[in-house]
Amino acid sequence: MDFIAQHAVLVVSLVKIVILLLVVMTALAYLTWFERKVVAHIQSRWGPYYVGAHGLLQPLADGMKFLFKEDVTPPASDRLLYVLAPFLAFSLALTTLALIPFGPPTIQILGQPVFVIANSNIGLLFLFAITSIGVYGVALAGWSSNSKYPLLGGLRSSAQMVSYEVSLTLSVVGVLLLANSFSFNGIIESQSPNIGHWHVWKQIVGFLCYITAAIAETNRVPFDLPEAETELVAGFHTEYSSFKFAMFFMAEYANMITVSCLATILFFGGWLSPFPESWTWQLYLPGVGLLLIALYCAYDTIAHMRGIARIQLAVVALLALIAGASCLIPAVMPVIQGPFWFITKVGLFLFLYVWIRGTLPRFRYDQLMSFGWKLLLPVSLVNLLVTALLIVVVKR
Amino acid sequence: MSLPLIVFFACGVTAVLGAVLLIVAREPIHSALSLILVMVSLAVLYLLLGAEFIAAVQIIVYAGAIMVLFVFVIMLLNAGVEERTNLSKMAKYAGVPLGFFLLLEIAHWFWRSAVGARIANGSGTVNASAVSTRDLSMQLFQQYLFPFEATSILILIAILGAVVLAKRGE
Repeated sequence: MDFIAQHAVLVVSLVKIVILLLVVMTALAYLTWFERKVVAHIQSRWGPYYVGAHGLLQPLADGMKFLFKEDVTPPASDRLLYVLAPFLAFSLALTTLALIPFGPPTIQILGQPVFVIANSNIGLLFLFAITSIGVYGVALAGWSSNSKYPLLGGLRSSAQMVSYEVSLTLSVVGVLLLANSFSFNGIIESQSPNIGHWHVWKQIVGFLCYITAAIAETNRVPFDLPEAETELVAGFHTEYSSFKFAMFFMAEYANMITVSCLATILFFGGWLSPFPESWTWQLYLPGVGLLLIALYCAYDTIAHMRGIARIQLAVVALLALIAGASCLIPAVMPVIQGPFWFITKVGLFLFLYVWIRGTLPRFRYDQLMSFGWKLLLPVSLVNLLVTALLIVVVKR
Repeated sequence: MSLPLIVFFACGVTAVLGAVLLIVAREPIHSALSLILVMVSLAVLYLLLGAEFIAAVQIIVYAGAIMVLFVFVIMLLNAGVEERTNLSKMAKYAGVPLGFFLLLEIAHWFWRSAVGARIANGSGTVNASAVSTRDLSMQLFQQYLFPFEATSILILIAILGAVVLAKRGE
Protein backbone atom coordinates (compact mmCIF):
# COMPACT_ATOMS: atom_id res chain seq x y z
CA MET A 1 0.00 0.00 0.00
CA ASP A 2 2.89 2.31 0.82
CA PHE A 3 4.23 1.67 -2.63
CA ILE A 4 0.96 2.75 -4.23
CA ALA A 5 0.68 5.81 -1.97
CA GLN A 6 4.17 6.87 -3.00
CA HIS A 7 3.48 6.34 -6.67
CA ALA A 8 0.06 7.87 -7.17
CA VAL A 9 1.08 8.53 -10.75
CA LEU A 10 0.95 4.79 -11.44
CA VAL A 11 -2.66 4.45 -10.29
CA VAL A 12 -3.82 7.56 -12.12
CA SER A 13 -2.01 6.46 -15.27
CA LEU A 14 -3.57 3.01 -15.10
CA VAL A 15 -7.06 4.50 -14.91
CA LYS A 16 -6.28 6.81 -17.83
CA ILE A 17 -4.87 3.91 -19.86
CA VAL A 18 -8.02 1.82 -19.34
CA ILE A 19 -10.30 4.70 -20.33
CA LEU A 20 -8.19 5.58 -23.38
CA LEU A 21 -8.13 1.93 -24.48
CA LEU A 22 -11.91 1.67 -24.27
CA VAL A 23 -12.37 4.91 -26.21
CA VAL A 24 -9.78 4.02 -28.84
CA MET A 25 -11.08 0.49 -29.40
CA THR A 26 -14.58 1.86 -29.96
CA ALA A 27 -13.19 4.55 -32.22
CA LEU A 28 -11.26 1.92 -34.22
CA ALA A 29 -14.39 -0.17 -34.67
CA TYR A 30 -16.45 2.78 -35.82
CA LEU A 31 -13.65 4.05 -38.04
CA THR A 32 -14.18 0.92 -40.18
CA TRP A 33 -17.90 1.75 -40.32
CA PHE A 34 -17.13 5.38 -41.19
CA GLU A 35 -14.73 4.33 -43.94
CA ARG A 36 -17.15 1.86 -45.49
CA LYS A 37 -19.95 4.43 -45.40
CA VAL A 38 -17.92 7.25 -46.93
CA VAL A 39 -16.35 5.09 -49.64
CA ALA A 40 -19.79 3.68 -50.41
CA HIS A 41 -21.27 7.14 -50.86
CA ILE A 42 -18.31 8.19 -53.06
CA GLN A 43 -19.10 5.17 -55.24
CA SER A 44 -22.89 5.81 -55.21
CA ARG A 45 -23.68 2.87 -52.94
CA TRP A 46 -25.30 2.68 -49.51
CA GLY A 47 -22.62 0.70 -47.69
CA PRO A 48 -23.53 -1.30 -44.56
CA TYR A 49 -27.23 -0.80 -43.98
CA TYR A 50 -28.96 -3.85 -42.57
CA VAL A 51 -27.08 -4.64 -39.33
CA GLY A 52 -28.53 -1.99 -37.08
CA ALA A 53 -29.84 1.39 -38.20
CA HIS A 54 -27.51 2.72 -40.94
CA GLY A 55 -25.33 -0.35 -40.28
CA LEU A 56 -24.33 1.01 -36.90
CA LEU A 57 -23.98 -2.47 -35.38
CA GLN A 58 -21.82 -3.71 -38.29
CA PRO A 59 -18.48 -3.26 -36.40
CA LEU A 60 -19.85 -5.36 -33.54
CA ALA A 61 -20.94 -8.09 -35.96
CA ASP A 62 -17.52 -8.00 -37.65
CA GLY A 63 -15.73 -8.29 -34.29
CA MET A 64 -17.85 -11.29 -33.29
CA LYS A 65 -17.18 -12.91 -36.66
CA PHE A 66 -13.41 -12.53 -36.20
CA LEU A 67 -13.57 -14.04 -32.71
CA PHE A 68 -15.43 -17.15 -33.88
CA LYS A 69 -13.39 -17.87 -37.02
CA GLU A 70 -10.95 -20.76 -37.01
CA ASP A 71 -7.42 -19.64 -36.12
CA VAL A 72 -5.16 -21.29 -38.71
CA THR A 73 -1.40 -21.49 -38.19
CA PRO A 74 0.53 -22.65 -41.28
CA PRO A 75 2.51 -25.79 -40.35
CA ALA A 76 5.73 -24.49 -41.98
CA SER A 77 5.65 -21.18 -40.13
CA ASP A 78 7.92 -19.99 -37.36
CA ARG A 79 5.41 -20.34 -34.51
CA LEU A 80 6.87 -17.83 -32.07
CA LEU A 81 7.31 -15.00 -34.57
CA TYR A 82 4.05 -15.83 -36.31
CA VAL A 83 2.21 -15.15 -33.05
CA LEU A 84 4.48 -12.29 -31.98
CA ALA A 85 4.08 -10.23 -35.18
CA PRO A 86 0.40 -9.20 -34.84
CA PHE A 87 0.86 -8.47 -31.12
CA LEU A 88 3.89 -6.32 -31.89
CA ALA A 89 2.09 -4.40 -34.63
CA PHE A 90 -1.02 -3.79 -32.56
CA SER A 91 0.56 -2.98 -29.20
CA LEU A 92 3.08 -0.57 -30.72
CA ALA A 93 0.32 1.16 -32.67
CA LEU A 94 -1.63 1.66 -29.45
CA THR A 95 1.42 2.70 -27.37
CA THR A 96 1.97 5.82 -29.44
CA LEU A 97 -1.44 7.13 -28.36
CA ALA A 98 -0.17 7.39 -24.77
CA LEU A 99 1.99 10.35 -25.80
CA ILE A 100 -0.79 12.33 -27.48
CA PRO A 101 -2.25 15.25 -25.45
CA PHE A 102 -6.00 15.38 -26.15
CA GLY A 103 -6.49 18.56 -24.11
CA PRO A 104 -4.60 21.30 -22.28
CA PRO A 105 -2.29 20.20 -19.41
CA THR A 106 -3.85 22.79 -17.10
CA ILE A 107 -6.90 20.57 -16.50
CA GLN A 108 -5.77 18.26 -13.71
CA ILE A 109 -7.02 15.64 -11.27
CA LEU A 110 -4.84 14.77 -8.23
CA GLY A 111 -2.08 16.92 -9.69
CA GLN A 112 -1.96 14.82 -12.86
CA PRO A 113 -3.03 16.18 -16.27
CA VAL A 114 -6.24 14.48 -17.38
CA PHE A 115 -5.92 14.43 -21.14
CA VAL A 116 -2.47 12.87 -21.61
CA ILE A 117 -0.98 9.64 -20.23
CA ALA A 118 2.74 10.26 -20.68
CA ASN A 119 3.67 13.93 -20.78
CA SER A 120 7.23 13.69 -22.07
CA ASN A 121 9.70 16.48 -22.76
CA ILE A 122 10.63 14.82 -26.01
CA GLY A 123 7.23 13.41 -26.93
CA LEU A 124 7.79 13.74 -30.66
CA LEU A 125 11.06 11.80 -30.59
CA PHE A 126 9.47 9.05 -28.51
CA LEU A 127 6.62 8.79 -30.95
CA PHE A 128 9.07 8.38 -33.83
CA ALA A 129 11.02 5.84 -31.79
CA ILE A 130 7.93 3.71 -31.25
CA THR A 131 6.71 3.95 -34.84
CA SER A 132 10.19 3.08 -36.13
CA ILE A 133 9.92 -0.28 -34.35
CA GLY A 134 6.46 -0.77 -35.83
CA VAL A 135 8.07 -1.96 -39.09
CA TYR A 136 8.95 -5.27 -37.43
CA GLY A 137 5.32 -6.29 -37.05
CA VAL A 138 4.87 -6.21 -40.81
CA ALA A 139 8.31 -7.59 -41.71
CA LEU A 140 8.11 -10.49 -39.25
CA ALA A 141 4.57 -11.37 -40.29
CA GLY A 142 5.77 -11.65 -43.87
CA TRP A 143 8.81 -13.71 -43.00
CA SER A 144 7.38 -16.05 -40.36
CA SER A 145 4.43 -17.16 -42.52
CA ASN A 146 6.97 -19.00 -44.71
CA SER A 147 4.98 -18.46 -47.88
CA LYS A 148 5.56 -16.56 -51.13
CA TYR A 149 2.99 -13.77 -51.07
CA PRO A 150 3.49 -12.77 -47.43
CA LEU A 151 7.27 -12.66 -47.91
CA LEU A 152 6.97 -10.42 -50.97
CA GLY A 153 4.43 -8.25 -49.19
CA GLY A 154 6.58 -8.03 -46.07
CA LEU A 155 9.69 -7.08 -48.07
CA ARG A 156 7.78 -4.47 -50.05
CA SER A 157 6.23 -2.90 -47.01
CA SER A 158 9.39 -2.78 -44.92
CA ALA A 159 11.22 -1.14 -47.84
CA GLN A 160 8.36 1.31 -48.25
CA MET A 161 8.09 2.14 -44.57
CA VAL A 162 11.85 2.63 -44.16
CA SER A 163 12.00 4.87 -47.25
CA TYR A 164 9.10 7.09 -46.29
CA GLU A 165 10.08 7.30 -42.62
CA VAL A 166 13.03 9.48 -43.66
CA SER A 167 10.80 12.03 -45.39
CA LEU A 168 8.24 11.85 -42.59
CA THR A 169 10.84 12.72 -39.96
CA LEU A 170 12.48 15.45 -42.06
CA SER A 171 9.17 17.10 -42.93
CA VAL A 172 8.36 17.85 -39.29
CA VAL A 173 11.76 19.30 -38.38
CA GLY A 174 10.63 22.66 -39.78
CA VAL A 175 7.85 22.74 -37.19
CA LEU A 176 10.36 21.87 -34.46
CA LEU A 177 12.50 24.84 -35.51
CA LEU A 178 9.49 27.16 -35.32
CA ALA A 179 8.18 25.75 -32.04
CA ASN A 180 11.60 25.47 -30.40
CA SER A 181 10.45 22.41 -28.48
CA PHE A 182 10.18 18.62 -28.69
CA SER A 183 7.24 18.33 -26.31
CA PHE A 184 3.75 18.17 -27.78
CA ASN A 185 2.37 20.75 -25.37
CA GLY A 186 5.23 23.11 -26.22
CA ILE A 187 4.54 22.69 -29.94
CA ILE A 188 0.81 23.31 -29.45
CA GLU A 189 1.30 26.34 -27.23
CA SER A 190 3.65 27.92 -29.78
CA GLN A 191 0.63 28.04 -32.13
CA SER A 192 -1.65 30.11 -29.89
CA PRO A 193 -3.77 32.22 -29.87
CA ASN A 194 -5.74 31.61 -33.08
CA ILE A 195 -5.87 30.05 -36.54
CA GLY A 196 -3.44 32.60 -38.01
CA HIS A 197 -0.57 31.24 -35.91
CA TRP A 198 -0.93 27.57 -36.84
CA HIS A 199 2.27 26.13 -38.25
CA VAL A 200 0.50 24.92 -41.38
CA TRP A 201 0.71 28.41 -42.95
CA LYS A 202 4.47 28.80 -42.57
CA GLN A 203 5.13 25.12 -43.15
CA ILE A 204 2.72 24.38 -46.00
CA VAL A 205 5.41 22.47 -47.94
CA GLY A 206 6.35 20.54 -44.81
CA PHE A 207 2.70 19.71 -44.23
CA LEU A 208 2.18 18.40 -47.76
CA CYS A 209 5.34 16.27 -47.44
CA TYR A 210 4.16 15.06 -44.04
CA ILE A 211 0.71 14.02 -45.16
CA THR A 212 2.08 12.20 -48.24
CA ALA A 213 4.73 10.37 -46.23
CA ALA A 214 2.19 9.60 -43.50
CA ILE A 215 -0.21 7.94 -45.91
CA ALA A 216 2.66 5.85 -47.25
CA GLU A 217 3.84 5.05 -43.73
CA THR A 218 0.42 3.70 -42.75
CA ASN A 219 0.22 1.65 -45.97
CA ARG A 220 -2.96 3.24 -47.22
CA VAL A 221 -4.21 3.96 -50.75
CA PRO A 222 -2.55 5.16 -52.99
CA PHE A 223 0.48 3.59 -51.27
CA ASP A 224 -1.13 0.32 -50.19
CA LEU A 225 1.35 -1.87 -52.08
CA PRO A 226 2.09 -4.14 -49.09
CA GLU A 227 -1.39 -5.56 -49.45
CA ALA A 228 -2.10 -4.91 -53.10
CA GLU A 229 -4.77 -7.57 -53.37
CA THR A 230 -4.68 -7.74 -57.14
CA GLU A 231 -0.98 -8.72 -57.14
CA LEU A 232 -0.20 -10.20 -53.75
CA VAL A 233 -3.49 -11.79 -52.57
CA ALA A 234 -3.30 -9.84 -49.29
CA GLY A 235 0.39 -9.13 -48.80
CA PHE A 236 2.03 -9.72 -45.46
CA HIS A 237 -1.12 -10.97 -43.71
CA THR A 238 -2.20 -13.52 -46.34
CA GLU A 239 -1.71 -16.46 -43.98
CA TYR A 240 -3.33 -14.80 -40.98
CA SER A 241 -6.88 -15.57 -39.98
CA SER A 242 -9.32 -14.94 -37.18
CA PHE A 243 -8.30 -12.50 -34.47
CA LYS A 244 -4.66 -12.27 -35.51
CA PHE A 245 -5.82 -10.82 -38.82
CA ALA A 246 -8.13 -8.49 -36.94
CA MET A 247 -5.13 -7.27 -34.93
CA PHE A 248 -3.27 -6.23 -38.10
CA PHE A 249 -6.41 -4.57 -39.30
CA MET A 250 -6.84 -2.64 -36.05
CA ALA A 251 -3.12 -1.76 -35.99
CA GLU A 252 -3.51 -0.11 -39.40
CA TYR A 253 -6.45 1.95 -38.18
CA ALA A 254 -4.70 2.84 -34.91
CA ASN A 255 -1.73 4.05 -36.96
CA MET A 256 -4.08 6.19 -39.03
CA ILE A 257 -5.40 7.76 -35.85
CA THR A 258 -1.87 8.38 -34.51
CA VAL A 259 -0.73 9.99 -37.74
CA SER A 260 -3.84 12.21 -37.83
CA CYS A 261 -3.27 13.21 -34.19
CA LEU A 262 0.33 14.10 -35.02
CA ALA A 263 -0.74 16.20 -38.02
CA THR A 264 -3.24 18.00 -35.79
CA ILE A 265 -0.64 18.70 -33.11
CA LEU A 266 2.18 19.74 -35.41
CA PHE A 267 0.37 21.77 -38.04
CA PHE A 268 -3.16 22.55 -36.84
CA GLY A 269 -2.77 23.73 -33.27
CA GLY A 270 -3.74 20.52 -31.44
CA TRP A 271 -6.39 21.24 -28.83
CA LEU A 272 -6.38 25.00 -29.49
CA SER A 273 -9.52 26.63 -30.80
CA PRO A 274 -9.20 28.27 -34.25
CA PHE A 275 -11.04 31.37 -32.97
CA PRO A 276 -9.70 34.11 -30.69
CA GLU A 277 -10.51 33.70 -27.00
CA SER A 278 -12.81 36.76 -26.95
CA TRP A 279 -15.44 34.93 -29.01
CA THR A 280 -17.24 33.36 -26.08
CA TRP A 281 -20.00 31.76 -28.16
CA GLN A 282 -17.55 29.07 -29.22
CA LEU A 283 -17.95 27.53 -25.75
CA TYR A 284 -21.42 26.33 -26.82
CA LEU A 285 -20.19 24.62 -30.01
CA PRO A 286 -19.65 21.05 -28.67
CA GLY A 287 -23.05 20.94 -26.98
CA VAL A 288 -24.90 22.49 -29.91
CA GLY A 289 -23.15 20.16 -32.36
CA LEU A 290 -24.21 17.07 -30.39
CA LEU A 291 -27.76 18.42 -30.07
CA LEU A 292 -27.92 18.90 -33.85
CA ILE A 293 -26.85 15.26 -34.31
CA ALA A 294 -29.56 14.24 -31.86
CA LEU A 295 -32.10 16.29 -33.81
CA TYR A 296 -31.11 14.69 -37.12
CA CYS A 297 -31.29 11.19 -35.62
CA ALA A 298 -34.72 11.95 -34.16
CA TYR A 299 -35.93 13.19 -37.56
CA ASP A 300 -34.53 10.10 -39.26
CA THR A 301 -36.14 7.84 -36.66
CA ILE A 302 -39.57 9.26 -37.32
CA ALA A 303 -39.31 9.80 -41.07
CA HIS A 304 -37.37 6.83 -42.48
CA MET A 305 -36.73 3.98 -40.04
CA ARG A 306 -38.96 0.95 -39.63
CA GLY A 307 -39.02 -1.90 -37.09
CA ILE A 308 -36.06 -2.54 -34.79
CA ALA A 309 -33.87 0.05 -36.57
CA ARG A 310 -36.29 2.68 -35.29
CA ILE A 311 -35.60 1.73 -31.66
CA GLN A 312 -31.83 1.60 -32.26
CA LEU A 313 -31.73 5.03 -33.81
CA ALA A 314 -33.96 6.41 -31.07
CA VAL A 315 -31.40 5.18 -28.53
CA VAL A 316 -28.61 6.90 -30.50
CA ALA A 317 -30.64 10.12 -30.59
CA LEU A 318 -31.26 9.92 -26.85
CA LEU A 319 -27.54 9.33 -26.12
CA ALA A 320 -26.56 12.29 -28.30
CA LEU A 321 -29.19 14.39 -26.52
CA ILE A 322 -27.81 13.48 -23.08
CA ALA A 323 -24.22 14.07 -24.17
CA GLY A 324 -25.12 17.38 -25.81
CA ALA A 325 -27.06 18.57 -22.77
CA SER A 326 -24.23 17.64 -20.39
CA CYS A 327 -21.79 19.56 -22.61
CA LEU A 328 -23.87 22.68 -21.95
CA ILE A 329 -23.43 22.47 -18.14
CA PRO A 330 -21.33 25.54 -17.21
CA ALA A 331 -18.82 23.47 -15.19
CA VAL A 332 -18.25 21.04 -18.08
CA MET A 333 -18.12 23.60 -20.90
CA PRO A 334 -14.52 24.87 -20.52
CA VAL A 335 -13.15 21.36 -19.81
CA ILE A 336 -14.63 19.87 -22.97
CA GLN A 337 -13.25 22.60 -25.30
CA GLY A 338 -9.74 21.12 -25.78
CA PRO A 339 -10.81 17.54 -26.57
CA PHE A 340 -13.66 18.85 -28.77
CA TRP A 341 -11.35 20.77 -31.08
CA PHE A 342 -8.74 18.01 -31.05
CA ILE A 343 -11.22 15.29 -31.96
CA THR A 344 -12.86 17.48 -34.63
CA LYS A 345 -9.51 18.12 -36.33
CA VAL A 346 -8.46 14.48 -36.11
CA GLY A 347 -11.85 13.50 -37.55
CA LEU A 348 -11.27 15.81 -40.53
CA PHE A 349 -7.92 14.12 -41.20
CA LEU A 350 -9.49 10.69 -40.99
CA PHE A 351 -12.10 11.84 -43.50
CA LEU A 352 -9.27 13.03 -45.76
CA TYR A 353 -7.74 9.53 -45.55
CA VAL A 354 -10.98 7.89 -46.58
CA TRP A 355 -11.61 10.49 -49.27
CA ILE A 356 -8.20 9.81 -50.80
CA ARG A 357 -8.87 6.07 -50.66
CA GLY A 358 -12.12 6.54 -52.50
CA THR A 359 -10.52 8.75 -55.15
CA LEU A 360 -7.01 7.70 -56.14
CA PRO A 361 -5.69 4.54 -57.84
CA ARG A 362 -2.64 2.65 -56.55
CA PHE A 363 0.96 3.55 -57.44
CA ARG A 364 3.24 1.11 -59.24
CA TYR A 365 6.10 -0.11 -57.04
CA ASP A 366 8.91 1.62 -58.97
CA GLN A 367 6.83 4.84 -59.05
CA LEU A 368 6.45 4.59 -55.30
CA MET A 369 10.18 4.26 -54.71
CA SER A 370 11.27 6.99 -57.12
CA PHE A 371 8.57 9.31 -55.77
CA GLY A 372 9.78 8.79 -52.20
CA TRP A 373 13.49 9.13 -52.80
CA LYS A 374 13.69 11.49 -55.78
CA LEU A 375 10.89 13.92 -55.02
CA LEU A 376 9.62 13.77 -51.45
CA LEU A 377 13.03 13.55 -49.76
CA PRO A 378 14.69 16.46 -51.64
CA VAL A 379 11.60 18.65 -51.21
CA SER A 380 11.46 18.08 -47.46
CA LEU A 381 15.24 18.69 -47.22
CA VAL A 382 14.96 21.99 -49.11
CA ASN A 383 11.99 22.95 -46.95
CA LEU A 384 14.09 22.34 -43.85
CA LEU A 385 17.00 24.38 -45.21
CA VAL A 386 14.82 27.33 -46.24
CA THR A 387 13.01 27.32 -42.89
CA ALA A 388 16.28 27.31 -40.96
CA LEU A 389 17.72 30.12 -43.12
CA LEU A 390 14.60 32.27 -42.75
CA ILE A 391 14.57 31.80 -38.99
CA VAL A 392 18.19 32.92 -38.78
CA VAL A 393 17.56 35.92 -41.05
CA VAL A 394 14.42 37.02 -39.16
CA LYS A 395 16.14 36.67 -35.80
CA ARG A 396 19.04 38.88 -36.89
CA MET B 1 12.70 -0.89 -3.27
CA SER B 2 12.05 2.23 -5.26
CA LEU B 3 10.37 2.21 -8.65
CA PRO B 4 13.46 3.21 -10.69
CA LEU B 5 15.44 0.40 -9.09
CA ILE B 6 12.79 -2.17 -10.02
CA VAL B 7 12.78 -0.91 -13.60
CA PHE B 8 16.57 -0.96 -13.63
CA PHE B 9 16.79 -4.60 -12.59
CA ALA B 10 13.99 -5.65 -14.95
CA CYS B 11 15.71 -4.00 -17.90
CA GLY B 12 19.18 -5.13 -16.85
CA VAL B 13 18.06 -8.76 -16.68
CA THR B 14 16.22 -8.42 -20.01
CA ALA B 15 19.31 -6.95 -21.66
CA VAL B 16 21.56 -9.76 -20.41
CA LEU B 17 19.02 -12.43 -21.37
CA GLY B 18 18.68 -10.88 -24.83
CA ALA B 19 22.46 -10.88 -25.24
CA VAL B 20 22.67 -14.56 -24.27
CA LEU B 21 19.81 -15.42 -26.64
CA LEU B 22 21.57 -13.53 -29.42
CA ILE B 23 24.49 -15.96 -29.22
CA VAL B 24 22.52 -19.11 -28.44
CA ALA B 25 19.75 -18.74 -31.04
CA ARG B 26 20.29 -20.80 -34.18
CA GLU B 27 17.90 -18.98 -36.47
CA PRO B 28 19.58 -15.73 -37.68
CA ILE B 29 16.35 -13.76 -37.42
CA HIS B 30 15.92 -14.80 -33.77
CA SER B 31 19.43 -13.49 -33.09
CA ALA B 32 18.57 -10.19 -34.77
CA LEU B 33 15.40 -9.86 -32.69
CA SER B 34 17.32 -10.59 -29.47
CA LEU B 35 19.71 -7.79 -30.40
CA ILE B 36 16.72 -5.45 -30.76
CA LEU B 37 15.57 -6.54 -27.31
CA VAL B 38 19.00 -5.65 -25.90
CA MET B 39 18.93 -2.25 -27.57
CA VAL B 40 15.46 -1.40 -26.33
CA SER B 41 16.28 -2.36 -22.74
CA LEU B 42 19.48 -0.31 -22.97
CA ALA B 43 17.37 2.62 -24.11
CA VAL B 44 15.24 2.28 -20.97
CA LEU B 45 18.44 2.27 -18.88
CA TYR B 46 19.50 5.53 -20.57
CA LEU B 47 16.09 6.90 -19.72
CA LEU B 48 16.63 6.02 -16.06
CA LEU B 49 19.89 7.96 -16.15
CA GLY B 50 17.94 11.02 -17.30
CA ALA B 51 19.26 10.91 -20.87
CA GLU B 52 15.94 11.14 -22.71
CA PHE B 53 17.39 12.23 -26.02
CA ILE B 54 19.99 9.46 -26.12
CA ALA B 55 17.31 6.91 -25.24
CA ALA B 56 15.05 8.01 -28.09
CA VAL B 57 17.93 8.18 -30.56
CA GLN B 58 19.14 4.75 -29.46
CA ILE B 59 15.78 3.28 -30.46
CA ILE B 60 15.31 5.34 -33.63
CA VAL B 61 18.80 4.75 -35.02
CA TYR B 62 19.76 1.30 -33.75
CA ALA B 63 16.54 -0.60 -33.17
CA GLY B 64 14.54 1.27 -35.82
CA ALA B 65 16.98 1.81 -38.68
CA ILE B 66 20.08 -0.37 -38.48
CA MET B 67 18.35 -3.50 -37.25
CA VAL B 68 15.60 -3.12 -39.86
CA LEU B 69 18.35 -3.39 -42.48
CA PHE B 70 19.73 -6.50 -40.73
CA VAL B 71 16.30 -8.14 -40.66
CA PHE B 72 15.72 -7.06 -44.25
CA VAL B 73 18.95 -8.67 -45.44
CA ILE B 74 18.25 -11.86 -43.50
CA MET B 75 14.79 -12.03 -45.08
CA LEU B 76 16.13 -11.36 -48.58
CA LEU B 77 18.95 -13.89 -48.36
CA ASN B 78 16.65 -16.41 -46.73
CA ALA B 79 19.55 -17.40 -44.47
CA GLY B 80 19.26 -20.94 -43.15
CA VAL B 81 19.63 -22.34 -39.66
CA GLU B 82 23.15 -22.11 -38.26
CA GLU B 83 25.15 -25.31 -37.97
CA ARG B 84 26.47 -26.31 -34.58
CA THR B 85 30.10 -27.46 -34.19
CA ASN B 86 31.69 -28.98 -31.16
CA LEU B 87 34.08 -26.61 -29.44
CA SER B 88 37.65 -26.99 -30.65
CA LYS B 89 40.27 -28.03 -28.09
CA MET B 90 41.72 -24.55 -28.07
CA ALA B 91 38.33 -22.99 -27.28
CA LYS B 92 37.49 -25.62 -24.70
CA TYR B 93 40.66 -25.48 -22.61
CA ALA B 94 41.91 -21.94 -23.19
CA GLY B 95 38.91 -19.90 -24.32
CA VAL B 96 36.35 -20.71 -21.66
CA PRO B 97 38.65 -20.15 -18.63
CA LEU B 98 40.08 -16.99 -20.20
CA GLY B 99 36.63 -15.60 -20.85
CA PHE B 100 35.63 -16.36 -17.29
CA PHE B 101 38.79 -14.71 -15.99
CA LEU B 102 38.09 -11.60 -18.09
CA LEU B 103 34.57 -11.36 -16.67
CA LEU B 104 35.95 -11.63 -13.12
CA GLU B 105 38.52 -8.95 -13.81
CA ILE B 106 35.93 -6.52 -15.20
CA ALA B 107 33.66 -7.18 -12.23
CA HIS B 108 36.57 -6.65 -9.84
CA TRP B 109 37.65 -3.32 -11.32
CA PHE B 110 34.08 -2.11 -11.58
CA TRP B 111 33.57 -3.00 -7.93
CA ARG B 112 36.70 -1.10 -6.91
CA SER B 113 35.96 1.97 -9.04
CA ALA B 114 34.25 5.15 -7.85
CA VAL B 115 31.03 4.32 -9.72
CA GLY B 116 30.91 0.88 -8.12
CA ALA B 117 31.45 2.33 -4.65
CA ARG B 118 28.64 4.79 -5.12
CA ILE B 119 26.27 2.05 -6.25
CA ALA B 120 27.35 -0.11 -3.30
CA ASN B 121 26.44 2.49 -0.71
CA GLY B 122 23.26 3.33 -2.58
CA SER B 123 23.93 6.98 -3.38
CA GLY B 124 24.69 6.93 -7.07
CA THR B 125 21.93 4.71 -8.41
CA VAL B 126 19.71 7.01 -10.39
CA ASN B 127 20.44 10.48 -11.60
CA ALA B 128 17.03 12.10 -11.86
CA SER B 129 18.16 15.41 -13.33
CA ALA B 130 17.43 15.09 -17.02
CA VAL B 131 19.89 16.52 -19.52
CA SER B 132 17.86 18.66 -21.89
CA THR B 133 18.21 18.26 -25.62
CA ARG B 134 19.18 21.94 -25.80
CA ASP B 135 22.21 21.45 -23.51
CA LEU B 136 23.23 18.42 -25.49
CA SER B 137 23.08 20.20 -28.84
CA MET B 138 24.90 23.25 -27.43
CA GLN B 139 27.79 20.96 -26.47
CA LEU B 140 27.63 19.03 -29.72
CA PHE B 141 27.48 21.97 -32.12
CA GLN B 142 29.81 24.36 -30.29
CA GLN B 143 32.46 22.60 -28.23
CA TYR B 144 32.53 19.35 -30.20
CA LEU B 145 31.71 20.74 -33.63
CA PHE B 146 34.92 19.57 -35.30
CA PRO B 147 34.73 15.91 -34.19
CA PHE B 148 31.04 15.95 -35.13
CA GLU B 149 31.72 17.18 -38.67
CA ALA B 150 34.70 14.85 -39.02
CA THR B 151 32.49 11.90 -38.10
CA SER B 152 29.88 12.95 -40.66
CA ILE B 153 32.53 13.03 -43.37
CA LEU B 154 33.79 9.60 -42.30
CA ILE B 155 30.26 8.19 -42.55
CA LEU B 156 29.83 9.85 -45.97
CA ILE B 157 33.04 8.20 -47.17
CA ALA B 158 31.77 4.85 -45.92
CA ILE B 159 28.48 5.32 -47.81
CA LEU B 160 30.34 6.24 -51.01
CA GLY B 161 32.53 3.16 -50.56
CA ALA B 162 29.46 0.95 -50.20
CA VAL B 163 27.94 2.42 -53.37
CA VAL B 164 31.18 1.88 -55.32
CA LEU B 165 31.42 -1.73 -54.12
CA ALA B 166 27.80 -2.39 -55.03
CA LYS B 167 28.20 -0.83 -58.51
CA ARG B 168 31.33 -2.83 -59.36
CA GLY B 169 29.39 -6.03 -59.95
CA GLU B 170 27.40 -4.58 -62.87
